[in-house]
Amino acid sequence: MASNKKYWKSVEELNENSSIVETLRNNEFVEPIPVDQFLGDKESLSSSSTTRRDFLKYVGFSTAAASLAACEGPVVKSIPYVVQPEEIIPGVADYYATTMADGFDFANILIKTREGRPIKVENNNLEGAKTGANARVHASVLSLYDSLRLKQPKIAGKDATWADVNTKVKASLEDAKAKGGNVVVLTNTMASPSTDALISSLVAKYPTTKHVVYDAVSESNALDAFQAVYGVRALANYDFSKADVIVSVGADFLGDWQGGGFDAGYAQGRIPKNGMMSKHIQIEANMSLAGANADVRIPMTVAQQKQALADLYYAVVNGAQPKNAKIAKAAKQLKDAKNKGVVVTGLDDVNAQLVVLAINNALQSVAFNPSDAILTRKGDAKAVAQLVADMKAGKVHTLIMNGVNPAYTLANSKDFVAALKSVKLSVAFSMKEDETSSLTNIAAAAPHYLESWGDVAITRSNYSIMQPTIRPLFNTKQFQEALLAWTDNTVTYYDFLKSFSVTSLAGKSWNQAVHDGFVASLASPLTVVSADYASAASALAKAKSSNFDLVLYSKVGMGDGQQANNPWLQEFPDPITRVSWDNYVTMSKADAEANGFKNWNVANGGLNGSYATIKVGNTTLENVPVIIQPGQAKGTLGLAFGYGKKLGLKEEMQVGVNAYALYANLNSNQSATITVADGEHEFACVQLQKTLMGRGDIIKETTLEVFNTKDAKVWNSVPMVSLDHKPTAATEVDLWDSFDRSVGHHFNLSIDLNACTGCGACVIACHAENNVPVVGKSEIRRSRDMHWLRIDRYYSSQDTFAGDVVVKEEASGLLDSIDTFSGMEDPSENPQVAFQPVMCQHCNHAPCETVCPVAATSHGREGQNHMAYNRCVGTRYCANNCPYKVRRFNWFLYNKNSEFDYHMNDDLGRMVINPDVNVRSRGVMEKCSMCIQMTQAVKLKAKREGRPVGKDEFQTACSAACSSGAMKFGDINDSESEVAKLVESDRMYHLLEHIGTKPNVMYHVKVRNDK
Amino acid sequence: MKKVGNHKSFSKIFFSLAFVLVTSLSAFSQDVAKGKELFNTNCAACHKLDGKATGPALRDVASKYDKEWLYKWIKNSGELIKSGDAQAVKVFEENNKVPMTAFPQLSNEDIDNILAYTSEPAPAAPAAVPGAPVVAGNAAADSGVSNNVILGVLSLVMLMLVVMLFLVNNMLTKIASAKGLEVEQKDRSVMNLFRAYAKNQFLVLVSVVVLLLVSAYFAYGWMMQIGVDQGYEPVQPIHYSHRIHAGENGIDCKYCHSASRVSKHSNIPSLNVCMNCHKNISEVAETTLAEGNEFGVNYNDEIQKLYDAVGWDKSLQKYTGKTKPVKWVRIHNLPDHVYFNHSQHVTVAGVECQTCHGPVEEMEIMSQHAPLTMGWCINCHRETNVKVEDNAYYKKIHEELSKKYGVSKLTAAQMGGLECGKCHY
Repeated sequence: MASNKKYWKSVEELNENSSIVETLRNNEFVEPIPVDQFLGDKESLSSSSTTRRDFLKYVGFSTAAASLAACEGPVVKSIPYVVQPEEIIPGVADYYATTMADGFDFANILIKTREGRPIKVENNNLEGAKTGANARVHASVLSLYDSLRLKQPKIAGKDATWADVNTKVKASLEDAKAKGGNVVVLTNTMASPSTDALISSLVAKYPTTKHVVYDAVSESNALDAFQAVYGVRALANYDFSKADVIVSVGADFLGDWQGGGFDAGYAQGRIPKNGMMSKHIQIEANMSLAGANADVRIPMTVAQQKQALADLYYAVVNGAQPKNAKIAKAAKQLKDAKNKGVVVTGLDDVNAQLVVLAINNALQSVAFNPSDAILTRKGDAKAVAQLVADMKAGKVHTLIMNGVNPAYTLANSKDFVAALKSVKLSVAFSMKEDETSSLTNIAAAAPHYLESWGDVAITRSNYSIMQPTIRPLFNTKQFQEALLAWTDNTVTYYDFLKSFSVTSLAGKSWNQAVHDGFVASLASPLTVVSADYASAASALAKAKSSNFDLVLYSKVGMGDGQQANNPWLQEFPDPITRVSWDNYVTMSKADAEANGFKNWNVANGGLNGSYATIKVGNTTLENVPVIIQPGQAKGTLGLAFGYGKKLGLKEEMQVGVNAYALYANLNSNQSATITVADGEHEFACVQLQKTLMGRGDIIKETTLEVFNTKDAKVWNSVPMVSLDHKPTAATEVDLWDSFDRSVGHHFNLSIDLNACTGCGACVIACHAENNVPVVGKSEIRRSRDMHWLRIDRYYSSQDTFAGDVVVKEEASGLLDSIDTFSGMEDPSENPQVAFQPVMCQHCNHAPCETVCPVAATSHGREGQNHMAYNRCVGTRYCANNCPYKVRRFNWFLYNKNSEFDYHMNDDLGRMVINPDVNVRSRGVMEKCSMCIQMTQAVKLKAKREGRPVGKDEFQTACSAACSSGAMKFGDINDSESEVAKLVESDRMYHLLEHIGTKPNVMYHVKVRNDK
Repeated sequence: MKKVGNHKSFSKIFFSLAFVLVTSLSAFSQDVAKGKELFNTNCAACHKLDGKATGPALRDVASKYDKEWLYKWIKNSGELIKSGDAQAVKVFEENNKVPMTAFPQLSNEDIDNILAYTSEPAPAAPAAVPGAPVVAGNAAADSGVSNNVILGVLSLVMLMLVVMLFLVNNMLTKIASAKGLEVEQKDRSVMNLFRAYAKNQFLVLVSVVVLLLVSAYFAYGWMMQIGVDQGYEPVQPIHYSHRIHAGENGIDCKYCHSASRVSKHSNIPSLNVCMNCHKNISEVAETTLAEGNEFGVNYNDEIQKLYDAVGWDKSLQKYTGKTKPVKWVRIHNLPDHVYFNHSQHVTVAGVECQTCHGPVEEMEIMSQHAPLTMGWCINCHRETNVKVEDNAYYKKIHEELSKKYGVSKLTAAQMGGLECGKCHY
């Protein structure tokens, strides 16, 4: 019986006239397969000598050859030194003290070298060293091995010799001297006394020479204010460890404010001791690192901040009462703290900077130290503006640049580029063929700081030595050597430096100074020369804002953008937004809703956002991605420098937009308008869950009052579970037989949530130490980030985290819970923020170990959870069973793979790899090893020397990099060690204690100063 | 030919010996043997009889200079040069201004003895010596042949036995049939046997299983050998004999491989270490040279290769500055996923190098002695006691652990030497 039923495959078939149906009836595909594209090219087909048979032969041969080759070990050649340098022993690391100075970051550091190549940056922990090595300083060692560095000097784009360069420059200098033409030396802040001396001698020889200092990210207004008051072009220094009350008005002093490096002092005051800790009030527009760590954060527009600062001034100096209640409270606390109070500001306004100096002087603040002034910013915005004007007017004969890239960093870079043509000879000393050096007549290849000699005065009490840790990789010459050649001085820069530094070494020998990396001395006291504070304050009080206040800032990861071709820094997630590989404009939720900007998550979890067009004056910046930032002051926008670079970078690194375009007059506070643009932006954000959802046991926190008055059980309660139907403390229940861990070492890592500022230096240090691969933006977006150590950032959904807990507890019934919890996913308008570094917790009862089918992960007696990569078959059971989500899977081969064109894909970039740690391959699970290579090395050293391991000798990469002292590592079986004491602290708790994993990483309850 | 050569050299030696005898008699009975001894202890570090070393060749030096001058020079050359003695200054300058060590302890008589030794005429090259090892080689070959002959004879006997048995069997069958006796003949053709076998499914199954198991066994064995290079003995760019250096000369391994004391690597010595000795040793002794022939190598040529690499001009006794680093073939290759530290084993544990590297002092050509597999490592860790004596690091942990395990000596395994993460990270 035949059926009359008609089956149809698609709706299209119902349409009788459809051409598709007709086509499909005859052909398999609607459109013809484009065979012609590869077969149609008859010419190349016929000219090819490879027949089908040949092809099969090749395939067969190569398969056989590959399988045969796999059975035979390769012949490895070993080439020893002909004459081995005494200090190098293959396999043993050497450490050299040096100083980083790239015009933006300055720090006394140690460089670890292996077989003569620098592989890691360590903090210089000698007393008096200016460390504060941030993420960029730690990553700078990779910038040494940048494959796109300028490898030799170039004249008009063609390779040249240094002799040619020197002749050409000298001829031009002589010509300028003869004709009276202006010579301008444009440098970044080198803070180098010997270089200043060399420039002076150049000026002496060629009197028409002028030295202009230009900082890409300028502190010109703060410098002007300090110069007006103290007569020295420098920045005031602060020691926050001495402060009881810190009021910051727009100063991200835990970020890059005035060169950074304040976190160590700040963190000291933040750890409660004897019931005391500092109180931190932050008044700001963008959510900054300092704001995230503050006890009280008051979001304000730039104009409001100026008024608040004026109010503070009147309150402290004249005893007036501020109108704003919050400001009034801050002013009262500041006054009560007397000389233990301190005010700082990041407002880019000379009046604001003057007023801050006035307040601190009025308070006689002990945390305020103008004598030991910071010398790492000297840039003069007016002089730079004058230079561009002069160039335009054709008044500059010769322009010599060092360490600057004005064609990229100037807001009026177009003017600069156009005016460059009227300069007779332009020279740029640069590590890169960047926007500027590609346009100048001479691109002079400059060495990396790790290949250079130098001296740096970081503050007035510091004289640091920069020494090379490797021979120059390329045909580069230091700017100073060129200066010596141009002034007909035949000594080498090394000899010059050695004799020049004699007066600055304060009695130390040259060798000792090089060994230590710095000389500390007492700074001569600076006194107030003159000041007109009152008019400054009244000018501030009149501040008004129109449109949006755009606050330009620099990110912890990217800084001023010099290291934009550094994949570690590109992949480093911003501590606040947790977005990597991008910059973006941040705005408040209210503004976003009012103007139609959106952020949303797509199906694969990735974060998407709208684009915006920002207009400042006549300049527009298009296609700026938008991030809705909790805590952003209404009416303000934030945008980070350092992105949007196009030259001297690998294609993958050319991300983001150039915020310098809006940096008119080198002022970071601008008035802007913003409109929605078409399209949606794909972010690479590593943290999708923004709030803690009231789970107060993940980040335990309490207030100083409760901490001081209540028992630890109240604010650090041990979770209870049911055993034999009786409530029992989770720490006392054990499914497993316990292993005796009292014998030998037992490693613990302690993280103090009060001291952790979220700066992320540990993240980069971990990358460098453990050869963690860079995976790129699209992989990060797929949540395949490889960071062994992440710093979770949580916002509170209510005004405080404590409020979240209350809301969660009060939710009753299913429907109510659903509503409550979905509501709790949204961070508050001005949330509390908490940072929590999370790495493998090295659980004594590790859930990952029990599920591994091949026993690739197992436990060591010393507390470390081991991971044998070669045993791993990649089932990923362990990652699924890990409650902390700290295991990372190698989805691809990340080294020697052109799909991942980062440092591990070129021979130069691979020089940074730590030879003591494996480079993992595809299909292998990896995770934090608690730097077992470092603990093993310490043990071995002690064994060789026949002595017990010293107190606090054990370190991990993260704990060694942590300048705030939040991370402490050591052996808890050594009762002398710091961690042994920390494990007994009543603030100590473990993450997810109730699941009984018994981790070897401990946290300390965060205490907020609510006074 | 060989005989003639021998004869010639013999006569040469005879004549020279006679000559020596005559000259020594004429030289106021100076003791040549004593002189040789003194020369070897005092002078040989810098001087050779023939050919320039750090200092000039000393053969017939007594005839070149005044004896009294020589006494002064040898006892304190520096003073002589300082005093402005023209001849002394000339000698000093001729020899790259390398000052000669003063020997105030030598008496005039000692110096006479040394001069007597240096005044001996150069012996002719003994050509008879190379013949000896050839004979030895033949003898070895002979014994090999005799073994083969015995085996051959034995197998011939066996074959004859088989043939005889077959013949006897045939004979008996013939006799039986002649006598009319019917011998039951089974059909023993191969085809039938196979059919019977194929019918018995159980037998087929068993043999298939056995076949599979056997092949799996061999395949496993073969695969486990992949990447195991035990016995790896590559040809090196310079034929370096550990037998001579570590064996005959008894040089401590760690003199050259000094990094093994403090580093994870036991370094291949840099060439400046070789030159510590080879600046003076540009030629090997005749007997050593002869030994080299056994291995088909001329040791002097190999030393010259070192000089070429390090840029040492033998005749000028100077570095030319033209270096050519040696590309040695690495023998011991651990996979990248293993962390091995030499200093842990050499310095801390005091393990002899030979434990892992085998009798290096007997190896003419260096080869990999141990399999370097994980099982091999683990076995040693299980069996070897940790050297805790006189090491303050181990004091506490040893006390606690030995109490825990109830043993007086702890193995590396008990100390945690079997944990994955101790070697894999």
